[in-house]
Amino acid sequence: MTTITDPPKEQFRLSMLIYDTRYRSMTIQVVALIGFMLLAAWLINNTIQNLTELGKPVEFGFLVEPSSYDINQRLLEYTSRDTHLRASFLGLLNTLVVAVLGCITATVVGVLVGVLRLSNNWLIGRIMTVYVEMFRNVPVLLWIVLAMAILIESLPAPRAFRGEDATATMNLNDTVAVTNRGIYIPEPLFSRSLGDVHIFGQSSLRFDISLDLIAILIVLGASVFAMRRVAARANAVQEATGDRPTIWYIELGILFIPMIALLVALGFHLGYPELKGFNFKGGTHLRNSLIALWLALSLYTAAFIAEIVRGGILAISSGQTEAAAALGLRPGKIMRLVILPQALRVIIPPMISNYLNLTKNSSLAIAVGYMDITGTLGGITMNQTGRELECILMLMLCYLAISLSISAVMNWYNERVKLVER
Amino acid sequence: MKKSVFLGALTIAGLAAGAVAAGTLDDVKARGKLNCGVSTGLVGFAAPDANGEWTGFDVTVCRAVAAAVLNDASAVEFVPTTGKTRFTALASGEVDMLARNTTWTFSRDVDLKFEFVGVNYYDGQGFMVPKDLGVSSAKELDGATVCIQTGTTTELNLADFFRSNNISYEPVPIETNAEAQQQYLAGACDVYTTDASGLAATRATFESPGDHVLLPEIISKEPLGPLVRHGDNEWGDVVRWTLNAMITAEELGVTSANMGELAAGTNNPEINRLLGTEGTLGEMLGLDAEWAQRVLAVGGNYGEIFEKNIGESTPIGLARGLNAQWTDGGLLYSPPFR
Repeated sequence: MTTITDPPKEQFRLSMLIYDTRYRSMTIQVVALIGFMLLAAWLINNTIQNLTELGKPVEFGFLVEPSSYDINQRLLEYTSRDTHLRASFLGLLNTLVVAVLGCITATVVGVLVGVLRLSNNWLIGRIMTVYVEMFRNVPVLLWIVLAMAILIESLPAPRAFRGEDATATMNLNDTVAVTNRGIYIPEPLFSRSLGDVHIFGQSSLRFDISLDLIAILIVLGASVFAMRRVAARANAVQEATGDRPTIWYIELGILFIPMIALLVALGFHLGYPELKGFNFKGGTHLRNSLIALWLALSLYTAAFIAEIVRGGILAISSGQTEAAAALGLRPGKIMRLVILPQALRVIIPPMISNYLNLTKNSSLAIAVGYMDITGTLGGITMNQTGRELECILMLMLCYLAISLSISAVMNWYNERVKLVER
Repeated sequence: MKKSVFLGALTIAGLAAGAVAAGTLDDVKARGKLNCGVSTGLVGFAAPDANGEWTGFDVTVCRAVAAAVLNDASAVEFVPTTGKTRFTALASGEVDMLARNTTWTFSRDVDLKFEFVGVNYYDGQGFMVPKDLGVSSAKELDGATVCIQTGTTTELNLADFFRSNNISYEPVPIETNAEAQQQYLAGACDVYTTDASGLAATRATFESPGDHVLLPEIISKEPLGPLVRHGDNEWGDVVRWTLNAMITAEELGVTSANMGELAAGTNNPEINRLLGTEGTLGEMLGLDAEWAQRVLAVGGNYGEIFEKNIGESTPIGLARGLNAQWTDGGLLYSPPFR
């Protein structure tokens, strides 16, 4: 007769939370988390209570009050009668404009400088070293202010363009005016425009989208798609017969003929800037605050990107270069086809940080009077309404959203280019 | 996000914790130093001189308060504030008072929870343009580029003025007076707008002030005065009556020159009450009897301070205008010392 004895059933005792290594780490973490949350709750509660005692309870009603101030660079229509929320929205768009322009320029300049810094040409290599060291070792705020000062002090005021004895003239056949208030360039106009679509009705976030732009993008997309098909067919022919048919004129035709036809149909023409009254009228006005901020931010960030690119290239073993050279590739093609694609894997993760830095550094815009979201929501709105906590929280939320979006896009790209390992 | 909110809350909590401490008068006495918020530099009103000493019309108010409370006109820590930072500095307790050409408005008084203790300069918003622009009225400024200090009431007045006159303009927001001056002189803006007194003070520092004109339009009321935090009435009273003492002294003919003589006692009971030889006004304020004598010893009465810093004999050359005593047709009118 055998008796099956159950293994002694272990009873859970509270002391095991501390003395049993299976539970101990969990206990410590839970206690730490509770402590942290209590601290946060105390701080938030304390803040709200103190603000209420000051007579300033946390509320967001001020956002729907009229802003009463004007914004110079407006991507959408806006008057001083619109709400604070709309003013913040316009500021947000201005932030995005300078961030996108800055990221693109910084990438182009950074990659070029990074590659050139490795050049065998002593002079070019040294010049690029000087550039990188100069820009990344001086605070970006100083570069922004310097760029603005140069633009203001060295370029002619609009009144210098006036009269018989004008001391300044417009450039490029009288189409571009470079002044110390900014650069005026011709603007595209459509005499048979398709109009705009209005989104979000009358709310603060209302948005106009030009149907002309949508039409142009659709045609461009279709052309690119057709060009790809033609190229794919040419590849197939080459595979089958060994001869590659000449397709460049077909491709050019597919790209340009529909586009030109569309532009003619829309009545495309350019509006040129003209000196009228105090300022140039017509054309697109690139304010010097935008130019200064854009230049300074992108040159500063480009210096960091150049170092990242150089590091990425140096991370690829020289055997790759030698092997490519042995196959008969020229140096330019070795860089473009062999080295850079592999270097990208190393380059992209730190590049994301630099894009984020550039975007966040754009909050220095108020130094040159560029009305980004820090200038509108975190500047004038906060000042005129006295709602510091609410404005700063919203501002933080906006930057967080922008930064997380950039990270998401770049991480997706990183997934695509990274080495597929088995 | 959690961490950012946490840090933000931490900061704000720190600010708020500073703000609720009551009894500014006791704090100042205990500290032995008055923290006074002034502008970042506006000649005549508040600017450091060649020796780094702060001087000017607004600065004298700070010094007078320090003299009344601490018996030492130099026991002042001047904190330069911009249009943007001034209210946060005051609300957070970083400064005890602001004497920084700040306009008394409803929302600042009621919504932002400050207490304006009086008006030390009645001003209005004006425009300055280069003479060779050939503009004689602000209504001719259609399409002009206007430099403006951000975070001020002038920003809002400007939007209203151009809107109600149905003319367009291009605002160039700027942080400090010095930057505005640089942009204006380089021609990056056609017009500079701020309080008329500020324009006169700025113009006085130009190489050739005669090349710039102030346009006749005054588009707003800008009563400028010192302010303190809401809810600390003892401290508010001290600052209010320091200012009133200066104004009353001018009305009664008490100057820095004859004060010693008058302090011995006069036949005019109000002068006696002001200078502390009669009554207990000083005690009621929580100060001693001679507080007003010390206030007047700093720079004299209101008229003397005005003439010395911004009056017609100075490069700034402002006339008394609205800022004359009520007996001379101006708006200065101090409640009686009784």
